[in-house]
Amino acid sequence: MDPAENDKLTSTAVVETDEVLAPGHTYRSVSDRVSDMVLTWPVGYRWAAGLALALGLLFVLNVALGWVFTIGVGVWGINIPVGWGFAITNFVWWIGIGHAGTLISAFLLLMRQKWRTSINRFAEAMTIFAVACAGLFPLAHMGRPWLFYWMLPYPDTMGVWPQFRSPLVWDVFAVSTYLTVSLLFWYTGLLPDLATLRDRAKKRVTKMIYGIIALGWRGSAEHWSRYETCSLLLAGLSTPLVVSVHTVVSFDFTIAVIPGWHSTIFPPYFVAGAIYSGFAMVLTLAIPLRKYYHLEDFITMKHLDFMGKVMLATGLVVAYSYIMEAFMAFYSGNPYDRYMMMNRMTGPYAKVFWTLIFCNLIGPQVLWISKIRRNPWFLFAISLVVQTGMWLERFVIIVTSLHRDFLPSSWGMFYPTRWDWMTFLGTLGLFFTLFYLFIRFMPMIAIHELRDLVHKTEHEKAPAH
Amino acid sequence: MNEAKKEMSASKLVQIGPKPEGTQKRFWRSLDEFEGAPAYQKGLKYEYPEGRVPKALTGGGGLTRRDILKLMGASAGLAGATACTKLPTEKIVPYVRQPEEFVPGIPVFFATAMPFMGVGSGMLVESHLGRPTKVEGNPGHPSSLGSMNLFGQASVLTLYDPDRSQVPSHFGRVATWEEFIAELGDHLADERSTGGTGLRILTGTISSPTLADQIQGLLKDFPRAIWHQYEPCGRDSVREGSRLAFGQYTNSVYHLEKADVILSLDSDFMFAEPGSVRYARDFASRRRMPDPGARTNRLYVAESGPSITGSLADHRLQVRSCDVEALARAIAAAVGVAGAGSSNPPAGVPADWINAVANDLKAHRGASLVVTGDIQPPAVHAVVHAMNEALGSADQTVTYTVPVEANATDETKSLKELVAAMDSGSVRTLIVMGVNPVYSAPADVPFLAAMQKVNFRVHLGIFHDETAAQCQWHIPEAHYLEAWGDVRGHDGTVSVVQPLISPLYGGKSMLEMVAILRGQTYASGHDMVRDYWQNQATAAHLPVAGNFEDFWETSLNNGTIAGTAYPARAGGAKAGAIPAAGSPAPEGMELVLRPSPSVWDGSWASNAWLQELPQPFSKLTWDNALLVNPANATQLGVKQADIVKVRVDGREIAAPVFVLPGQAANSLTLHLGYGRTVGAGSGTNVGANAYEIRTSEVPWIITGVSVVKTSETHHLVTTQNSHLIEQQGRYVDDEESEQAFDRQVVRVGTIEDFRRNPDFAQDPPEMSTRAPSLYPDYYDYRKGYQWGMSIDLNTCIGCNACVVACYAENNIAVVGKDEVDNGRDMQWIRVDTYYRGDINDPEMYNEPVTCMHCENAPCEYVCPVGATMHDDEGLNLMIYNRCVGTRYCSNNCPYKVRRFNFKLYSDWTTPSLFPLRNPDVTVRSRGVMEKCTYCVQRIRETEIIAEREERTINDGEILTACQQTCPTKAIVFGDINDLNSDVRKLKAQTRQFGLLRELNTRPRTTYLARLRNPNPEIKG
Repeated sequence: MDPAENDKLTSTAVVETDEVLAPGHTYRSVSDRVSDMVLTWPVGYRWAAGLALALGLLFVLNVALGWVFTIGVGVWGINIPVGWGFAITNFVWWIGIGHAGTLISAFLLLMRQKWRTSINRFAEAMTIFAVACAGLFPLAHMGRPWLFYWMLPYPDTMGVWPQFRSPLVWDVFAVSTYLTVSLLFWYTGLLPDLATLRDRAKKRVTKMIYGIIALGWRGSAEHWSRYETCSLLLAGLSTPLVVSVHTVVSFDFTIAVIPGWHSTIFPPYFVAGAIYSGFAMVLTLAIPLRKYYHLEDFITMKHLDFMGKVMLATGLVVAYSYIMEAFMAFYSGNPYDRYMMMNRMTGPYAKVFWTLIFCNLIGPQVLWISKIRRNPWFLFAISLVVQTGMWLERFVIIVTSLHRDFLPSSWGMFYPTRWDWMTFLGTLGLFFTLFYLFIRFMPMIAIHELRDLVHKTEHEKAPAH
Repeated sequence: MNEAKKEMSASKLVQIGPKPEGTQKRFWRSLDEFEGAPAYQKGLKYEYPEGRVPKALTGGGGLTRRDILKLMGASAGLAGATACTKLPTEKIVPYVRQPEEFVPGIPVFFATAMPFMGVGSGMLVESHLGRPTKVEGNPGHPSSLGSMNLFGQASVLTLYDPDRSQVPSHFGRVATWEEFIAELGDHLADERSTGGTGLRILTGTISSPTLADQIQGLLKDFPRAIWHQYEPCGRDSVREGSRLAFGQYTNSVYHLEKADVILSLDSDFMFAEPGSVRYARDFASRRRMPDPGARTNRLYVAESGPSITGSLADHRLQVRSCDVEALARAIAAAVGVAGAGSSNPPAGVPADWINAVANDLKAHRGASLVVTGDIQPPAVHAVVHAMNEALGSADQTVTYTVPVEANATDETKSLKELVAAMDSGSVRTLIVMGVNPVYSAPADVPFLAAMQKVNFRVHLGIFHDETAAQCQWHIPEAHYLEAWGDVRGHDGTVSVVQPLISPLYGGKSMLEMVAILRGQTYASGHDMVRDYWQNQATAAHLPVAGNFEDFWETSLNNGTIAGTAYPARAGGAKAGAIPAAGSPAPEGMELVLRPSPSVWDGSWASNAWLQELPQPFSKLTWDNALLVNPANATQLGVKQADIVKVRVDGREIAAPVFVLPGQAANSLTLHLGYGRTVGAGSGTNVGANAYEIRTSEVPWIITGVSVVKTSETHHLVTTQNSHLIEQQGRYVDDEESEQAFDRQVVRVGTIEDFRRNPDFAQDPPEMSTRAPSLYPDYYDYRKGYQWGMSIDLNTCIGCNACVVACYAENNIAVVGKDEVDNGRDMQWIRVDTYYRGDINDPEMYNEPVTCMHCENAPCEYVCPVGATMHDDEGLNLMIYNRCVGTRYCSNNCPYKVRRFNFKLYSDWTTPSLFPLRNPDVTVRSRGVMEKCTYCVQRIRETEIIAEREERTINDGEILTACQQTCPTKAIVFGDINDLNSDVRKLKAQTRQFGLLRELNTRPRTTYLARLRNPNPEIKG
């Protein structure tokens, strides 16, 4: 390939394509494009502005958590009967979002889906940041957060252990395992790219930093062979985790006796919902990224189309669950379940419920239309709608179930306070701060996998060498 | 240095002097001393050792740089040396002589009594190392029988109330008692010269024999002085009614245990009258219904607003209070009272109701009882006395005695005379004791204006209140737990009021104040009471066995003075004494003022436990409101919390509306006791002051009021009952109640149902109560003590006494109005109210709910740290230390009885509240869950005692705080493994049911279904 063509490929012209990789890319062009995003200085003003906004929200989080830790969780709107409010809603929401990354990188890897290549890296990063955000909430929502370690089975001189029948203890294990495995998987995948950056960096300091974190990757055949084995093993480990984490999170509710929580449909329903919101988040991140970093030839129409389809599929599972939940409430003849369902639909939180139904059930049905799946801005809007819907879903499950349970005398209402909102918006700040730093300092697309893809697509096109 | 100090230091030095002969251990204070350095020896003789004389004394130049360095070196050496030195042996002696029965950790109980409206109820007060912490009823006192109402329970908080007045004040400035005595002396000297023409004393109702004797003595000293009494929620019309009927003031004592049929005409006799606690017990004794064949009673209540008594009515007639007189006359005529006047019933009362009630009363001649309330006018009381006479109930279900009041009088008249006298300028010295008339005087009695014409005004009160602010002198009054006194119960029985603690702020009791007025400046309350009773005893008024000392000690120990109950005197109410019926009550809206079920007449406004208490039925906290019938609210176009103005005769009061099912049509209720402006602590500026619209002529039932809507609203906070369903602007239902009955949360049947099917309250067989559980039983609940509770809905009157008792016993925090609004009230026991039937005329049901101590507790398996666990006695324990505050247990509690410290609610900073706390119960910090423990501290204490005595615990030996105070004994706790225990027997009754048993929670607290005994003659 002549240099002129290479220049064209590394330029910023919009090339929409239906392949998983725009045609004409070479090993060098993909490496240039991705590593340049990290190694080019100075930073763009748009990135800086975005980071500043995210840092502003992070500051809000600091203030909110500072106040919560100083005064107590009473600064939130929670009460008796609604003992969990925004905090657990946010926790489940963030954990759900954190599902897409691992699903894309591990599950699709095992399925040998080529289209995962250009989105898996930032999706994995998103997972880790989302889990980090999620992890804040169980800690912050505790009445005495300084005693959080009592949830862990550490050797205590008094011989006390966590109470292993509690799903909250299972949560601790599920989420921490998930975070650990996701982090390892992500970092392992980063190693060859970090080495690429080390090799391409011009400044000594940059070289040294990437050199250290590349852990001495030289790209030898032995390295690659071990890398492949390791990736496969971690993918094998992560895949069941994708299913298990949200299953365990759903146990927080199903184990309880509260109408609206006590339901066997929750584990699959939660997992589907998690993937639904996770893919929505990937789209929310991918669409602006491909626009501002001109990655249309890496994150192609085909990717958007596939992700739209995954959303549609998981959205239908979620819809089925909603319908089944309502059906079972009436079919079971259980007066508490019936009342709970009627109260969701007609009670004081009915507006929230119907908004959720619109966001998760009705709105995304436009994804049946191929044109819409291939329209980035439409897709972006739908991804936001779905994320809103998924947040509301968790809110509805938690708050409407608790606020009117068995004894009518103890019914109550939950109204979020400004501290609830600040904590929630603050975690968005934390998430985007981490994400902005990530896209600036780490290769947001897996370079070595792109190279591999270049190799494979060339072979497909020219099978007869 | 003075001589004593020198001697002391010299003797110390002798003790630790250098080089004691032949000792191994030497004690020394510096290296020089150790070495026996001559300079040191010399220094012992002088105040300042040589070279160490302060510069100021030597005129400078004393210390050189070298000296300083030497000293520094020596002190550095000394600092090191002290570490390996044994300090001189000193003995610390905790008690020179330990008082008898004064064992740290073991509380002592003293019998005393609390005057309330001037009448006493006997109590036993728990004292921990000299600090009273908890009030219980005195089982030996006829007005208590071991129970206590909410005011008695809350009184310990008043004792320690940080807002109590703490010093004498003169024009609002801190002054001394001596200054007061001096100034008072001058004024009294003036008065003495004129025989006390200008001296007036104002108190509340007084029944104390000693205090009355002292006041009479004072009136002898000052023959022209006058003693006025005014109780804002007093019993003038009761007294006047008895005077009409009997020709003299007469006290009625009811015997509800003998009554088969009871008609209450606007009387809350189970809550709001002297003896209520006793009456509630007697009433409940006929409602226990151990089996379908048991005899019960029937209660008819006609009232304008839901009352505690009304909630237990078999037939409750909603009628305006102003129509009660016509109703009373109609029923009286029907039972054959001559001269009852018109027999026309008030509009809206079905004639068959009156006939049915009258027939029922007549059918139970001698075993029926008619009562009427303090707020009804004297004529109604006269009618009621005549009815009881006609029904043969007099001397059977009601007996008559001389008045309990030491000086029964028309108090309103007494107050008006005082005001007139003050206004005319003839009063020069006014002593106000224990009342707050500036706040509580009727609006047409210009007490404040008149009082300002008095030259010398003194106020004695527990709080520096509205009246104190208008007096030159305010003297802090001793709380009843701080001072000696005596008081009569509802039947005349005298209790000695024993102090449990010396006055916290040097307060003086009324008795001491009167003594001071009499010039007995140093007379002690104890001596006055004792001397009085010694005189009585020697005057052979008492059956004194043995010497007085024995008698006195027995009386103190028992809490009652034997033989002081007034003997019954013949009734003989004159039917002819009934005043002729006046014109019928005017149409339209009436406003009924009633004492608040939480803060009474306002004297309890500072008590945060009572302010935070959800008021019966409305469940309002930290407010009063205009209670309005739902249909009236629709008609007036007002909604919950809209502020309206109620106008009558040019006076008006603004108050928020509270739509309350059970309120009679065209009748508004407003509770007195709110709107305090000075010295009510947390109760200051809470609610609307109903005294502003009250007059001396119509103190209770104000007819012909108009209601004007304003555009403002007020934030009302309730703990329940905010779900009235509105359709097209009309209230049609209460969603909570509707759901409650659908869910069989409250189970009700008629006596007929019960006799036909004794199992009517049982769960259907398919709802097994012992469905299998995923987890094994960790303990064998067939062995050992197994604690359980039974709550009888047929006797619970919803009076809130249990809630306040729980506050006191379990150190429960007060959270304030905003936090109650947030749903964070901390009460461990709550009284739920549900309505059944027409929202405008419903049946009302109370249901106390507390931790069920489920054997299969949903809270336990979800706690991640095991902070709530079961023990082998079936208790669901809460381990505060282990709790990290995930609140999962509360979410998973189907009864929502867990309470969470969302913030730091317990007061950890106000020192006066520290001694209030029960030392056996942890004071919770923020972030911790808490809930009813079945008073585990009491269980453990008794278990330890029983174990030490090598015996098993007897039934009834452990009482939970709610059970102990419950006036009707609706709550019974005990060992369900003990075949003979009360609780076991109650749980064996067929009326037993468990809340939400279908969840397989296996609750240890169960309920007995409510029974209604309707008169078949009354339809609907």
